[in-house]
Amino acid sequence: MSPRAPSLTRRMLSALTAPAFALLIALTVTTALLAAVGASPGRAYLTMLDFGLRPDSLVSAVNRSTIYFFAGLAVAVAFRMKLFNIGVEGQYRVAALFAAVVGASVNLPGPLHLAVVGLVAVLAGALWAGIAAVLKVWRGVSEVLSTLLLNYVATAVIAYLLADFFAAGSASGSTPELPPSARLPELDGLVSLFGLSLPPGAHLGGAALGAVVLGVAVHLMLTRTRYGYDLKASGLNPAAAHVHGIEPRRMILLTMLVSGGLAGLAGLPDLLGNTYSYGVDFPSGAGFTGIAVAMLGRNTPVGIALSALLFGFLERSALILDIQGLPKEIVTIMQGVIVISVVGAHEVVRRMEVRRAARLMREESVPVVTPEPVRPAT
Amino acid sequence: MSRLVTLCLVLCSLAACTAVNPAPGRNGAAADSAVAVGVAYSRGGRGDKSFNDSVGSAVDRAKAELGVSVKELSPNSAGSDLEEVLRLLAETGHNPVLAVGFFYAQPLAKIAPAFPRTRFVIIDDATVKLPNVTNVVFREEQASYLVGVAAALKSRTGRIGFIGGVQTPPQQKFLAGYAAGARATNPKIRLSSVFMSQPPDFSGFSAPDKAQEAARGMYDSGADVVYHAAGASGIGVFQAAKAAGKWAIGVDVDQRKTVDQGLSQVILTSATKKLDVAVLRIIQEAVQGKSISGLREFGLKEDGVGYATSGGGLTDVEPRLEEIRKKIISGGITVPVVP
Repeated sequence: MSPRAPSLTRRMLSALTAPAFALLIALTVTTALLAAVGASPGRAYLTMLDFGLRPDSLVSAVNRSTIYFFAGLAVAVAFRMKLFNIGVEGQYRVAALFAAVVGASVNLPGPLHLAVVGLVAVLAGALWAGIAAVLKVWRGVSEVLSTLLLNYVATAVIAYLLADFFAAGSASGSTPELPPSARLPELDGLVSLFGLSLPPGAHLGGAALGAVVLGVAVHLMLTRTRYGYDLKASGLNPAAAHVHGIEPRRMILLTMLVSGGLAGLAGLPDLLGNTYSYGVDFPSGAGFTGIAVAMLGRNTPVGIALSALLFGFLERSALILDIQGLPKEIVTIMQGVIVISVVGAHEVVRRMEVRRAARLMREESVPVVTPEPVRPAT
Repeated sequence: MSRLVTLCLVLCSLAACTAVNPAPGRNGAAADSAVAVGVAYSRGGRGDKSFNDSVGSAVDRAKAELGVSVKELSPNSAGSDLEEVLRLLAETGHNPVLAVGFFYAQPLAKIAPAFPRTRFVIIDDATVKLPNVTNVVFREEQASYLVGVAAALKSRTGRIGFIGGVQTPPQQKFLAGYAAGARATNPKIRLSSVFMSQPPDFSGFSAPDKAQEAARGMYDSGADVVYHAAGASGIGVFQAAKAAGKWAIGVDVDQRKTVDQGLSQVILTSATKKLDVAVLRIIQEAVQGKSISGLREFGLKEDGVGYATSGGGLTDVEPRLEEIRKKIISGGITVPVVP
């Protein structure tokens, strides 16, 4: 155990260094911007903290973050094998539409009803992502392009299906409401366990529990299964993986389906815990936020959970800025800077570690072949 | 490397320095004035040159004429914090709170009962029925019916067009009324319609280039009157009409009077809507403490919507339009709201 322990601590430290750098840079940039527009950065941050740490704010941040967590996981699984699923946005909206339609048209006892709705969402999300997978595997179309463009196709298809079929004749432009058996329970009891009391109308959505369970499941899938190993191998070196018998086309297809299936879940916290129907007013944008969340979380379930919580917290606290006459756009800027700098910071940290390793090797007087690698040639 | 760390430390301490220096802030806008109006705009907020801006101009007038303080909030672009925006306005003592757009229907139904002493006004929605909620609804379909009749009477080819902004239920009312009016006048009329964007893409109200392209297509295929309900995109329709030498129909205000001289002569009429008058009146009533709950309809009867006659393009058909207008007011004609 003892030889392994320090390396684990160091691994965790290095995993945290890049995001910490990124946060620091983001904070610096927003501080400068706030000062530049004549607003007091101190007041902005304190106001945000003050408001963001209220019990109802925390609950709202968690509710938001479950959505981002699912979306982030979807992006991350694909990214593990260097597949860019930019289409989570369209996948989760298509999934939510079909989940809403099927959920409202069948009548089943509680848990079974929820399971059916969840399954429909996963299947619909997977199928929509599958289009891009099929295009890539058989026609060589870059998934970056196809998934991105399929978002627009999704918007048009959803508008057509809503207007002409699922919400035809409805004055609100929405599908019929889900019956109570298809709604997620609220976890307000859990909140009071923490000694927090919520104002009327604020609830902790049941999806939070689902997110924890799913997070553990995905973690196990990535680290303890053959598929998880194949995924990592294909991402690190597709050619070597192929030589070792990992069929790349099968992996691409499977991974896009898994990614799309996870994406399908991203619409459920809202559908089953908030709106209970899919309409033109269904919240959007989580798919794109999910990309940022996955990047910040370094594609691991724990990292994604933390970054989803951060994004949820930031968005919730942004609300108070407007009321105080402070520019709430700084939160969007902050999120953007975090994502850009986490990519840069990770590279800096990687180089630091290369040097550190080289120094250790020198100290142990092991001959070092490449002491200062600025950048690997390949 | 150490330089980088130092730099970061310096920046960090800078951030920390400013962070411990809070300026004394105003605590809640409500304390400043007796009446603090809260306004929650639709996605896009002010500056959309369409719906939000129309309400915004009424809000500005209320500020100037009634001396009330106003706090205006916009939701995030994802539309995921509508409920929180309303709650925040109510929580900070704003009363009345205006919810601009039907998107607020569901959030408002959840929030309003929690703030029984706050008066909420929702625009473009009649579904939320609560004692402290006023529903302001415009009967745009009635005005659209009349301009549909006008389009059918004026069309020589028997083909007309409709260009909508964003495909939402309030927008469908325009199309529904227009189509019904045109078909009632000429059952054989051929109507082509298109919306510039679908939610969650709300760019359709500010895409004159796309609207121009769409209108050109309609004129090219034989349409000779095109009605737009697309906010700032409408300019593109007028440009296409000018190029084709055909008619266009404006929306919201008498656009013949608001667009450039060069374009105004293509505008046959406009389906008007007195949004600003209505919003100002509602705010005024709320400020005076009048009870304002329930449905407030602004249709032809209330002179909340209508059609413009400037320019004289409609002179020959005006008697017929007036006759139909009266029939709608008396209930002799019921205009559909869903196409």
